[in-house]
Amino acid sequence: MADVLVIGAGPAGLAAAAAAREAGGEVTLLDSSDVLGGQYWRHLPDSRPAERERLLHHGWDTFTALRRRLESDPHVRIVTSAQVWAIERDTGVPAVVHVLVGPPDAGGRQRLALRPDAVVFATGAHDRTLPFPGWDLPGVFTGGAAQALAKGERIAVGRRVLVAGAGPFLLPVAASLTQTGATVVGVLEANRLSTLVKGWAPRPWQLASTHAKARELAGYVANHVRHAIPYRTGRAVVAAHGTDRVTSVTTAAVDAAWTPIAGTERTVEVDAVCVSHGFTPRLELAIAAGCALTPDRFVMTGPDQQTNVVGLYAAGEITGIGGVDLAMAEGSIAGWAAAGGPPDDKAVRDGRRRRAAYRAFAARLEAAHGIRPGWTGWLDSHTIVCRCEEVSFGRLCGAADATSTTSLRSLKLSSRAALGICQGRMCGRSVEEILAGRVAGGRLRDEVVADQRPIAVPIRLGDLAARRDPEPPTASPSQSPTPNETE
Amino acid sequence: MDCDVVVVGAGIVGSACARTLARAGLSVTVVDRGAAAGGTTAHGEGNLLVSDKRPGAELDIAQYSARLWRELSVELADELGPGFPSLEFEEKGGLVVATEERGAGPLLELAESQRQAGARVRVLTASEALRLEPELTPSAVAAVHYPEDGQVQPVIAAEALLASARRAGARILPHTEVTGPVLTESGELTGVQSTAGTIRAPHVVVAAGPWSARVASSLGATIPVVPRRGMVLVTTRMRHRIFRKVYDADYVGAVGSNGSELQTSSVIESTASGTVLIGSSRQMIGFDDRLRVNVLEELALKATQLFPFLRMASVMRVYGGFRPFTPDHLPLIGPDAMVPGLWHANGHEGAGIGLAPATAEILGALIRRESPAVAAAPYLPGRPALASVGGVR
Ligand SMILES: Cc1cc2nc3c(=O)[nH]c(=O)nc-3n(C[C@H](O)[C@H](O)[C@H](O)COP(=O)(O)OP(=O)(O)OC[C@H]3O[C@@H](n4cnc5c(N)ncnc54)[C@H](O)[C@@H]3O)c2cc1C
Ligand SMILES: Cc1cc2nc3c(=O)[nH]c(=O)nc-3n(C[C@H](O)[C@H](O)[C@H](O)COP(=O)(O)OP(=O)(O)OC[C@H]3O[C@@H](n4cnc5c(N)ncnc54)[C@H](O)[C@@H]3O)c2cc1C
Repeated sequence: MADVLVIGAGPAGLAAAAAAREAGGEVTLLDSSDVLGGQYWRHLPDSRPAERERLLHHGWDTFTALRRRLESDPHVRIVTSAQVWAIERDTGVPAVVHVLVGPPDAGGRQRLALRPDAVVFATGAHDRTLPFPGWDLPGVFTGGAAQALAKGERIAVGRRVLVAGAGPFLLPVAASLTQTGATVVGVLEANRLSTLVKGWAPRPWQLASTHAKARELAGYVANHVRHAIPYRTGRAVVAAHGTDRVTSVTTAAVDAAWTPIAGTERTVEVDAVCVSHGFTPRLELAIAAGCALTPDRFVMTGPDQQTNVVGLYAAGEITGIGGVDLAMAEGSIAGWAAAGGPPDDKAVRDGRRRRAAYRAFAARLEAAHGIRPGWTGWLDSHTIVCRCEEVSFGRLCGAADATSTTSLRSLKLSSRAALGICQGRMCGRSVEEILAGRVAGGRLRDEVVADQRPIAVPIRLGDLAARRDPEPPTASPSQSPTPNETE
Repeated sequence: MDCDVVVVGAGIVGSACARTLARAGLSVTVVDRGAAAGGTTAHGEGNLLVSDKRPGAELDIAQYSARLWRELSVELADELGPGFPSLEFEEKGGLVVATEERGAGPLLELAESQRQAGARVRVLTASEALRLEPELTPSAVAAVHYPEDGQVQPVIAAEALLASARRAGARILPHTEVTGPVLTESGELTGVQSTAGTIRAPHVVVAAGPWSARVASSLGATIPVVPRRGMVLVTTRMRHRIFRKVYDADYVGAVGSNGSELQTSSVIESTASGTVLIGSSRQMIGFDDRLRVNVLEELALKATQLFPFLRMASVMRVYGGFRPFTPDHLPLIGPDAMVPGLWHANGHEGAGIGLAPATAEILGALIRRESPAVAAAPYLPGRPALASVGGVR
């Protein structure tokens, strides 16, 4: 029986764990959060059960059924509050996975070193907010954070809220907000209608196969209509104002490249604003494990979701942004294959069919809603780009010009951007795009630097010093039925 | 001729050489297969140390270079103006601490010999050491203070040297790899082939850090420079509780050793931004850049022994690079022993940032057939000490 380790318990990871069991594997499922469900099925801790979870979450029954199945299976070990902090590769097993178990940031977390036969990476993505003047004011949230507060804590981020950025997920964010009692004064999509139409229109028949997706979207649109929320395209939040907290924002029309158009500014009074422009996959663990990336920088996978490294699989948002259904389809294929399930079994055929349908949907998403380079046009020299190290756009450009550098690494080290506690998770790709816009050819050669984090979460020196491997990590692969652990 | 000198490598050493040569009036082209300042220079620390150098050739060049850094930090800031990021040059001093009785003897011996050779050295009692570094482990048995130990930010320093070289007329070609020699009809080296075409020059300088042996061999020469892996830990920001560079005395042993097994010794300091840097390991494992958790554990253990309060500090980042190691711990500076027109400025192991300015001055003088401020003999690629290891043909 193969030991399958699944990292991440969002839709992709849950589906992977279930499929790995079906194929007869022994499963360990880890997530850094204290509950299962990932970004999509984020919910109140079970100690605070809520009647309304089903209303707040699409596919809630799917989730609870999956969860029940995994929790009651003696061959599934679920470890929550488990942060994978490092991965070692080429050690005789596909990967040695180092885990800290306990509340994040706490000292004295338990350390595990797992040596499974196969790993499914299902670490998802976080939503990405581009900097704009005032985005560091209290009251400015990412869509994901606002939704997490709404879904996980039942807290509305404000009373009068504007939702802005790009992508169809702005609608569910607006929906979650109205469900917690906030008034959503509008939803702004930066892409113009013509871009949206171009992205979505070709081959409309393909949408038929993703009608569940279309129905879900239709639900959000209905919510929109019911609450009379204006939806505008080709407009962006270009500044937030306030002293202790945001009190208003400036919006402006943007062209097809997202460059703001002078003279179109408008001021909107709000007490909160939720801004998300897209997603950044959490690639660091897969990169550390030696997995290759695609040109658009997701984990590269083959037909059975295997990466270029034998025994390592990837599923969900780290392979491309396509929503919960694609994540689950990929997860089921990955889990099945990771546990050694036969590739032509009918158990995976359905997953493959769903994957094909939803991938088409994902391609449309990117074509319609992808980030365009003109956004740097709304920055001013004082706009903070890296919030951890408080590096402004002006300082960043100053360093880039002074050194004429073509290297992201050099720019980071000479400006300190992306060197702070979040390790560039928030600003890394923005710093990269700002620099790329200034070098000939518009492309950096060391861009992968923005996604590299050999240490995925901080670890106390005391905890690091406490365990010393008696044998080198090149030790032979584990023979035991569950992933071998050492402390 | 396209130019007088081609410098292969735009790390700190190539940048310093380019600046010196361009300011001496030579036309210089610098090529790097990556971005400038993206190699070892961007993967190490920026300590400018006298404390770890043994009297003689090691200490001589270190002291000379420390003097040059002091001047350079002012010159570069003046030349490049306030818009250029600061080099973060600081002579904050270093404190070497022995935590075990058996380390005390070699430390005090080394300190005494360094003092006789003219280094500023102060042997401290345990309580004096604690006064300088109140968070230090109370179990220190011996400590030596080196007020001359300093630092720069290596990437900014390399970029500054390059910017200055550019102003003096040097041409920089990033993302251009040197692939082989250009030879005259009689077989003499007269330039390099690169991915950007042929670059002709009577002088070719190999400043390719740990990759120097490969570059040299592609140009027909053999040198004994091999990579020696090193890792560094970076903590999250905190209040300043460490005021100097603090090393455990094992450092003295590790730097001077040729062992290929894993060695670690702490070099700990706070940075201006509030992080603490914990270096570093030494391992001869070729160009293997895989993360090894046991190396991190080892570093963490040593660091917490020196500063117990660090147990609660969090490591947020680790990085590592390859030191360009030579068997006798001295850099190669000067003409290749066999190939006329080929010059070396490499093999600085864990001291390339510190020794870059001196390297550039010595090399510059040799290329111009002048005599350098420090005798070049101990650093010449053809020196007898290297012949015995069979590195030089
Ligand atoms: C604001 C917002 C709204 C959305 N709305 C919709 C919608 O309406 N419809 C739709 O289809 N999709 C929506 N999505 C997208 C949907 O959430 C994703 O498609 C889905 O969650 C992806 O599943 P996943 O399993 O790949 O990743 P995730 O759900 O993100 O799960 C990844 C899991 O990995 C864990 N993890 C990451 N790193 C580590 C580590 N180092 N150690 C341990 N665990 C780790 C995380 O804790 C997380 O639980 C929305 C997303 C956002 C941000
Ligand atoms: C962990 C660690 C800590 C360190 N700490 C210190 C310290 O505190 N103080 C100190 O003084 N030193 C320290 N060092 C050592 C120091 O970093 C090096 O000695 C120094 O950076 C070497 O500089 P360089 O210019 O010779 O090499 P590099 O910076 O490596 O530059 C060589 C360049 O050559 C280029 N190149 C290679 N092959 C080719 C080719 N075929 N064609 C074109 N270009 C090519 C590379 O791309 C590279 O940019 C440390 C090193 C490490 C790894």
